[in-house]
Formats: sequence, C-alpha cells, structure tokens
Amino acid sequence: MPGEPGVWIIIFGDMFVFSVMFLSFMVARREDLALFRASAAHLDRRLGLLDTALLLTSSWLVALAVQAARGGDPRSTVRWLRGAIACALGFVLSKLLEYGLKVHAGIAINSNDFYMYYFVLTGIHFMHVLVGLGVLRFMARHAAANGFDAVGLGHLESGASFWHLVDLLWIALFALLYLLT
Amino acid sequence: MSERTRLGRRTTLVWLLLLAATAVSWELGRHRDRLDGTPAHEARDFGVVILALAFLKIRFVLLDFMELRRAPPAMRYAGEAWLFALAAAILAIYGL
Repeated sequence: MPGEPGVWIIIFGDMFVFSVMFLSFMVARREDLALFRASAAHLDRRLGLLDTALLLTSSWLVALAVQAARGGDPRSTVRWLRGAIACALGFVLSKLLEYGLKVHAGIAINSNDFYMYYFVLTGIHFMHVLVGLGVLRFMARHAAANGFDAVGLGHLESGASFWHLVDLLWIALFALLYLLT
Repeated sequence: MSERTRLGRRTTLVWLLLLAATAVSWELGRHRDRLDGTPAHEARDFGVVILALAFLKIRFVLLDFMELRRAPPAMRYAGEAWLFALAAAILAIYGL
C-alpha cells in the first residue's frame, strides 16, 4: 500500500464528502439550469485551464519524487519536490487572482446559488491545497536533511497520496464548474 | 531498463495524456459555447464527453499517481467502485 493506512482513511473520507457536494451541485444545477449556465460562462476558463495544468504537473513531479526516494536518490527527490512546490504556489497565486477579480466585479458567495457552490467548493479545495503545500515543504526539507529510511519513505508516500487527492478533486471541479456551461 | 526508469516513463506518459485530455475537454467546452440555438441534445452530448474525460483523468490519477494499480486488490477496487458510482450518479443527474 502506498503510504500509511491512516492517510487513506482521510483520502477516502474526503472523496466521499466531496462526492456528496458534487452531487448536490449537480441537483441544484438541474433545478436552475439557465442561471448555472449563465453564471458559469462568467468564470475565467483560461485561469481554470492554467490551474489544471499546474496541479497535474505538480502531481507528476511528486510521483517522480517518490520514485527517486525509493531508488535511494534523495537529491532528485528534493529537486522534484521543489518543482511541485513551485507549481502549487502558482496555483495559489492564480486562485487568489481569480477570487480578487470576482470580488472586484461585485461577485460574492451570496450572489446566487452557482456562486455559492463555486466559492464553497473551490474554497474548501483551496484549503486542501494550502495543507498539501505545507506537507510538500516539510517533505522537501526532510529529504534534504535526512534522506529516507523506511519510515520516512512511508511519510513521503502518504504526503504524496494526499497531494494526488488534491489534484484529483480539482479535475472534477474544473469539469463541473468551468467546462459544463 | 531499470524498474525505476520504466515506472518513471509510464508516469511521464500518464502526465502527458492527462494534459492532452485537459486540452481536448477545454476545446469541447469552447465549441459548446457556440452551440447556443442548436438542438439541446447536441450541447448535452458535449457535456457528456467533457464529464467522461474528467472521470477518465481521475482514474489515471487514482491508478498511476496514487498507485492503486499496484495496491492490494481490495483498495484498488474500493477506489474504482467509488469512481464508478460517482460517474454514474453525476451522468444520471446531468442527462435525465
């Protein structure tokens, strides 16, 4: 199993909670299709595309970092992790820009039902990104200082699995919120 | 070729596929915007493909990045069952 059992409980729990929110969004969308389509058309799809590319790339780099650690190459692990952290920071900046533009345009969480879902879903996801970013930074520092024994490798795999979850959830959010106009 | 190199190449191939699928679904979204006024079922078909691509991408992340492909079978099936149930429910709500 990649990583410790505890992290998989968190991952499957998160997947379940987000599934409920996705389904709730889909039902609300069905009930007011015109409003949801019109509102979604105002999201900046190019920023959504950039966000997706950044998270997919960071996930790929984290996967390479785990493989390097298993191969006894902590220097490569640190390099891949730093690349992943840079992509994650890019995502954070892009999201802050997007929220800023929305607020500037007078759009807020209480504007309508679509934006309620938009802010809540992307907001909860954003908190996951911040937690994941902290985990990635911790792992990079740990790898640079100590390399990896079996326990350290388990921690790395756990953190990596959590980061892939953040990527996975965004793939769904991008399709539901940005593309399904 | 060492095990690590082979795995690394597969990981990179999956990443490229994920980027390609993202580009395709983004283009589909753009095309769909121009469909206003065309029969509703055509616009809906675009949405179904966009959703299907997203679920396919999620499956690759689960199996290759999260390594469920090499995990104990019970864990892999739990992941796949979750994805199948979510995909079926979302497509049902979308298409009904």
